[in-house]
Amino acid sequence: MPLEPPITDLGQLKERPAIAALLAWNQNAVQGAKFDRNELSVYVAREYIRQACEQLQNKGLVDFLSDLTCADYYPREPRFEVAYHLLSMQRKDRVRLKVKLDGDDASVESITALWPAANFFEREVFDLFGIRFLGHPYLRRIMMPEDWEGHPLRRDYPVEGYR
Amino acid sequence: MGHLSTTPAADPATDRTMILNMGPQHPSTHGVLRLLLEIDGEQVVRMMPDIGFLHTGIEKTAEAKFYQQVVPLTDRIDYLCPMTNNFCYVLAVEKLLGLEVPPRAQWIRVMLNELQRISSHLVWLGTHAMDIGAMSVFLYCFREREDLLRIYEMVSGQRMMTSYFRIGGLALDPPLGFFDAVKKFLNIFPERVDEYENLLTGNRIFIDRLKDVAHLSAEDAIALGATGPTLRASGIDFDLRRDMPYSSYEKFKFKVPVAKDGDVWARYLCRVAELRESREIAKQALEGLPSGPTKADAPKVVLPDREKMKTEMEALIYHFKIVTEGFTVPAGEVYQAIESPRGEMGYYVVSDGTAKPMRVHMRSPSYANLQALPKMCEGRLIADVVAAIGSIDIVLGEIDR
Repeated sequence: MPLEPPITDLGQLKERPAIAALLAWNQNAVQGAKFDRNELSVYVAREYIRQACEQLQNKGLVDFLSDLTCADYYPREPRFEVAYHLLSMQRKDRVRLKVKLDGDDASVESITALWPAANFFEREVFDLFGIRFLGHPYLRRIMMPEDWEGHPLRRDYPVEGYR
Repeated sequence: MGHLSTTPAADPATDRTMILNMGPQHPSTHGVLRLLLEIDGEQVVRMMPDIGFLHTGIEKTAEAKFYQQVVPLTDRIDYLCPMTNNFCYVLAVEKLLGLEVPPRAQWIRVMLNELQRISSHLVWLGTHAMDIGAMSVFLYCFREREDLLRIYEMVSGQRMMTSYFRIGGLALDPPLGFFDAVKKFLNIFPERVDEYENLLTGNRIFIDRLKDVAHLSAEDAIALGATGPTLRASGIDFDLRRDMPYSSYEKFKFKVPVAKDGDVWARYLCRVAELRESREIAKQALEGLPSGPTKADAPKVVLPDREKMKTEMEALIYHFKIVTEGFTVPAGEVYQAIESPRGEMGYYVVSDGTAKPMRVHMRSPSYANLQALPKMCEGRLIADVVAAIGSIDIVLGEIDR
């Protein structure tokens, strides 16, 4: 299966159930989309991410939060991309929602109210990337010691650590 | 000592609870898990898991390695099923590369992966029964696990940290005598499962300790991100092998054990039934094994055969380049999920077009399943906490990474 070029044109992807539902709800929430290697990613505006998840959940398009994580594209700005891997057990389909965050204002609304499973995932991203999740019930470090300085998974943090 | 006098005296009327530390060195927390229990007498009022004691920064280390050098790191995440981790990682990178793996390699991967599930479940069964107080089951389970470890040693040279799956196929074709050893194991295994079941499934004491303990409803299981047998024991019929097949799983016939009750007993029944189903899949893989190569035809990614390197200049050059500078992977991101013995294991790999991954994230099933533990235990007795931990089958290496 040789690689096909990714589809990044929102017009071609608007028939996909997840994107169609989001566009029908709020045109401004969807910033872009990508279909690459059989996986659908939707870029959602930062202020709408919790509501976007809620929309998909309420419309029965997804029912399960598989994973929530982040990648640091330093030195590009906005450097962080938080990825929400949502799964529909009914439709046997996945969709990835993504939010871009600037380095100097890395915060996004928590989705723990929708899926309590997000609790540990968000704490991990907070711990290792330093992204704040607003409205999280217990945003403390989870992997690193409480008094640790810095966020190890940032790309500008050296692999061998600061000594 | 005047300042002490301002401390309010403990009031027996209102201060009914105390905080109890369970772990990180408690034997039945299966590793270095610390549980903060707020208890009222024998009853757990609140529970909070505290993790991170085993954090080794594997995700950070992976960013400094070539793609093929990450494979041995993935072994160390979940040391009870290293091959499952190798499997998930190589599938993710193959998806990034757009690489097709030959059928023989896919089938051998499925077979070894199912044997890995059996060996992981055997450790679970042995330790779970031992936590409850049934000592001898542990010895029986480890007898069969030993057979499996020998099989891994045959195929990879290592008993535990196998690193046998490579990007693009397998390290080598299995050696002579390997398939006979697998066949022998698969033939005796059903009666061995009967043996365990004779010891446990009808055992009055075991049933009393497990039944109606640590309930998890289907809604809670989904909300808390539980997967695998923990989810299926709550009545949700979902298995990635059947519902979103990968690596030729759609060609195998097997049942997905589901139980309704959502208690520790239901999880026990699900896993024991999975032992038998995994044996069925491994048997089908062994009997229908296609012939052909075990490596993809991609000289820039897959290391050449040793023999070829002695006679062909090009093979030697490719070998040198892969070892010294790796291979580049087209930019992009994938999330590849497989059904590990504990649930949905997912690898999120982001490539920026270089020879080293920009980000490798492991969605480990134990990490999410652990979040369901407080829900199961709150309002129950401390003794039930031990049964509940055993029933979700956590591996702390995988939680802390």
